[in-house]
Amino acid sequence: MSDAKSVTPLQGAKFDGIATVQEIGPRGMITLRGDLSDATFAAAVEAVTGCTVPAQRKASLAGGNAVLWMTPDELMLMLPAGSVAGALETLADKLAGVHHLAADVSDARALFRLSAPGTAAREVLARLAPVDLAPGQFGPGDLRRTRVGQVAAAFVMVEEGVFELVCFRSVARYVFDLLADACGETTAQPVF
Amino acid sequence: MLILTCPHCGVTAEETEFHAGGEAHLKRYGPGSSDADFEDYMFNRVNPKGVHFERWRHVYGCGKWFHAARCTATLEVFGTYPAQTHQPPEALLDTIRQKRPGWSWRDFS
Repeated sequence: MSDAKSVTPLQGAKFDGIATVQEIGPRGMITLRGDLSDATFAAAVEAVTGCTVPAQRKASLAGGNAVLWMTPDELMLMLPAGSVAGALETLADKLAGVHHLAADVSDARALFRLSAPGTAAREVLARLAPVDLAPGQFGPGDLRRTRVGQVAAAFVMVEEGVFELVCFRSVARYVFDLLADACGETTAQPVF
Repeated sequence: MLILTCPHCGVTAEETEFHAGGEAHLKRYGPGSSDADFEDYMFNRVNPKGVHFERWRHVYGCGKWFHAARCTATLEVFGTYPAQTHQPPEALLDTIRQKRPGWSWRDFS
């Protein structure tokens, strides 16, 4: 087991269409639950990621790390792949005595990046998720947990025209095929 | 199609993002209760035409449970509120009284 390397489920699969879908990772992911309004909790999150605790349905991004708002009592911390063990130690240390749960979920999730110039990436995602992705409604830093096709997923707009999407590892192939399929079709009349 | 607002994450979404969980505000009768009370809790559900209170779960989103008040005849949603309560918020009851004068549902009216 000591030689085991983290392998992403689709080994970096890529598809080019009206937008580009690329499987990214491996990336360290920690599920952290607790009282998000607690100052000690916020300090621990900042110590590990350099990001502030995000507001409802937002993601805070800093220096390649990210903190995603998942539920009113849960965050997802995104870190470089090798730094999870250290981060868990830091969290345990900083949150000693504070009711919380921290779990390494890096290998349980798949990550995709969907990017395109203009609004094509919005167009692709809007074909799959029941979410209003119009430019005024969903912008950089916004996060949404929803249904993509038939499975649960979360996506964040990291910058204009670029989405990062997280889903369970077990449905990685399904989600990739879905995104690739939605990327393959051009429309005469774009929605956005 | 129903449009529901999850009171936990503030998302307003269509019903495919949620999952229905049956009637709301049931009181559980466990060991030591009378057979009639247990039967009532276990089996008896109302099936009104009009105002109804239901449990819903934001299954594809935050995963939390909440309650929704809606009209079964028109699918109008009067409001949603967190499930950690024994009765609907007074403001919501006022809204329903205004929209459906004379309504009643179990002990609420």
